[in-house]
Amino acid sequence: MPWDRNQMAARAAQELEDGMYVNLGIGIPTLVANYVGDKDITLQSENGMLGMGPFPFEGEEDPDLINAGKQTITELSRTAYFDSATSFAMIRGGKIAAAVLGAMEVDEEGDLANWMIPGVLVKGMGGAMDLVAGVGRVIVVMDHTNKHGKSKLLKKCTLPLTGKKVVNRIITNLGVLDVVEGGLKIIEIAEGVTEDEIRAATEANIVN
Amino acid sequence: MKKVYANATEALDGVITDGMMIAAGGFGLCGIPELLLEAIKDSGAQNLTFASNNAGVDDFGIGILLQTKQVKKMISSYVGENAEFMRQYLSGELELEFNPQGTLAERMRAGGAGIPGFYTKTGVGTVIAEGKEHKDFSGETYILEEGIFADLAIVKAWKADDTGNLIFRKTARNFNVPAATCGKICIAEVEEIVPRGSLDPDAIHLPGIYVHRIIQGEHEKRIEQRTTRKKEEA
Repeated sequence: MPWDRNQMAARAAQELEDGMYVNLGIGIPTLVANYVGDKDITLQSENGMLGMGPFPFEGEEDPDLINAGKQTITELSRTAYFDSATSFAMIRGGKIAAAVLGAMEVDEEGDLANWMIPGVLVKGMGGAMDLVAGVGRVIVVMDHTNKHGKSKLLKKCTLPLTGKKVVNRIITNLGVLDVVEGGLKIIEIAEGVTEDEIRAATEANIVN
Repeated sequence: MKKVYANATEALDGVITDGMMIAAGGFGLCGIPELLLEAIKDSGAQNLTFASNNAGVDDFGIGILLQTKQVKKMISSYVGENAEFMRQYLSGELELEFNPQGTLAERMRAGGAGIPGFYTKTGVGTVIAEGKEHKDFSGETYILEEGIFADLAIVKAWKADDTGNLIFRKTARNFNVPAATCGKICIAEVEEIVPRGSLDPDAIHLPGIYVHRIIQGEHEKRIEQRTTRKKEEA
């Protein structure tokens, strides 16, 4: 059985080490926070916060306290607030150890596309380009194939890029792959999935 | 010099003109200068360029100036929440310059600090880098981005004293600090103007040197995505 959303998030949480400052993207990456266990992880929200807490209880929402997805959230005892220039200075300056984010396409060189589909309404890249260019490690969490069954792990991205040679590790519903010299390397296979299935679902070159 | 004005309309008097470039604070609908935006709408100023991370929603924030077609161009990182914006953009009525969020923040900060340009890795190898100077430092490629020098900055803070020292609240600080610094003139709207001496000098987020006019007013502070958890889940 391929991993479901929560299993993918749980696998991504294993990538995070005690003491890390981490930025989680929208979607499955947000779920990663549920699986960090006892590890001392500080979540950054790029609109200007370190130490992001869970959603507030009903009736306790604060319009001055939101995350980068514009959702109401809470603060923790460790929380610090700062302005957007300071926030991206810590991102661009390499202080954030890792970003976990979703993607439309990743290719065998580590190029990432996740902000724009030509001909479809363009909303903007937000902070994604800054994050992938600046953080220590970029971990992509996404389904291995799109809704048409086509591989999202390509030889060359077809969509406009968010960043070039930026992805380090890809966690999909089928397993875990690293971007290495010459292509992608299978690091782990989801229980009940075969290596042949991963290879069949991957357009990118797989190196041994 | 007196910095405190009675309301947003008076604070804009003699400042707002057609075709000016305005840097606005806020992230989504959080910490936006909602009273000044309303007053800019009432001023009828045309052909405005806004450097603002977002464009509001249809009936709040910069969205209200899109409804009245007072905006010529937006410099933003994300504009997804606004149907009228999309309509005007797709019909060619509205210019849009996408900036990565951190590049936009740093362009404002740089402009405010008198820095006309800076090199960044953000956007290298993407459409953002097209037409921009590339330069290698220690084997890594960077692109040149330019500082933003706005004619006017409009920001929202929590508290001010009458000298313009500002304190923000939680994540409502966001773009307000860099936006305030890059305007030739900065107008701040706040929830409360407190007497001189009642703000801790060690806790000022933005010194009054950057702030030229101040107004106090009631803020709606609309929430864009209300997300909660149930008590039982705790």
